[in-house]
Amino acid sequence: MNEDVGYLLGLADDALIASHRLSEWSSQAHDLEEDIALSNIALDLLGQARMLLTLAGEREGAGRDEDALAYLRDEREFRNVQLVELPRGDFAVTVVRMLFFSAYQAELYLRLEAESGERPDLAAIAAKSLKEVAYHLDHATRWTVRLGDGTAESHRRAQRAVDELWPYTHELFETEGDLRGAWLARVERVLAEATLTRPADDADRFRPTGGRSGVHTEHMGYLLAEMQHLHRSHPGAVW
Amino acid sequence: MTADAFATAAAVTDPELPVVTIAELGILRDAHGDGTTATVTITPTYSGCPAMGTIRADIARALRAAGYTEVDIRTEYAPAWTTDWITPAGRRKLAAAGIAPPGAAPGGRTGLPLVGAPPPECPRCGSTEVAELSRFGPTACTSLWRCHTCLEPFEHVKPH
Repeated sequence: MNEDVGYLLGLADDALIASHRLSEWSSQAHDLEEDIALSNIALDLLGQARMLLTLAGEREGAGRDEDALAYLRDEREFRNVQLVELPRGDFAVTVVRMLFFSAYQAELYLRLEAESGERPDLAAIAAKSLKEVAYHLDHATRWTVRLGDGTAESHRRAQRAVDELWPYTHELFETEGDLRGAWLARVERVLAEATLTRPADDADRFRPTGGRSGVHTEHMGYLLAEMQHLHRSHPGAVW
Repeated sequence: MTADAFATAAAVTDPELPVVTIAELGILRDAHGDGTTATVTITPTYSGCPAMGTIRADIARALRAAGYTEVDIRTEYAPAWTTDWITPAGRRKLAAAGIAPPGAAPGGRTGLPLVGAPPPECPRCGSTEVAELSRFGPTACTSLWRCHTCLEPFEHVKPH
């Protein structure tokens, strides 16, 4: 696979799978406002995924459009990091993952936006997406602080989410290592305000990897089965 | 005989905010006719805006009715849509429909993290005693607010 296509698919699949996990909250959140917020954020990410998948398909030049790429690839062809495919968990897991992921997207899109001379099409998508990611990051920040610095129970759950998700954040920086410093500064500031701590960076700790080369957790297949089954049962179905 | 392509496309209303047109919202970037072919360029407000499909269909229908047999609708992402493109007429119509129009968009580079934009005035009574209920509203581009003076809830097009 062309290196650029693989890179674009990584960005697109991160957004697509994160969107799918968030959309699982539609009609399930604890109040109407939060339900609408999570669905809105899922919709933004879906829009970003569609632009990126379309661009990846054009670059590939094999006639695959956004639907072919979203619905007709198998698990090993998806290039998203494992962080976004993990089950949605409780609300703390959803919030903390949104914090980690949107802080990463913010740094990434800021850099891609600045590289408009080299990749104008991608820079345009990044510039557009960045305005939306600012809202996602803001939403995740407010909730992380509210949960972490809230009741004993909300603190316990938020801390557990940080501890469980942290190992998966390393994969974000395997190809974007230069972004981790800025990401850490952003995330650590929020965690400190939320009275939460993060695991140390010891190299011998659990550091799952493989998403970018198509190796996924056991949860990915179930997610794809739900996401893809309608299109595969009714090929070419459109709204 | 074909009508002016830009004027025809400009009159199409937004499916989610039907009080304003796509030209007043800044979604319509360009439209011109060449014989019986019309070429239109639009830009989405938010990247996931679910109204884009309907807007494309509405533009095509309007232009066909105006005599264009071929309608080519292109989508452009750069420069990214901003609420600063909403026209003064569009802002007046939003306010008249009970939707507070946006203030100036965060200038230059996106402010990260988001800093609180100045609150809108209540579109019903003009009060500035308002509170944000939710930053995410019934459409991607609006937030939900409540007025402490007239006690009515209202939508606000977020500065973007």
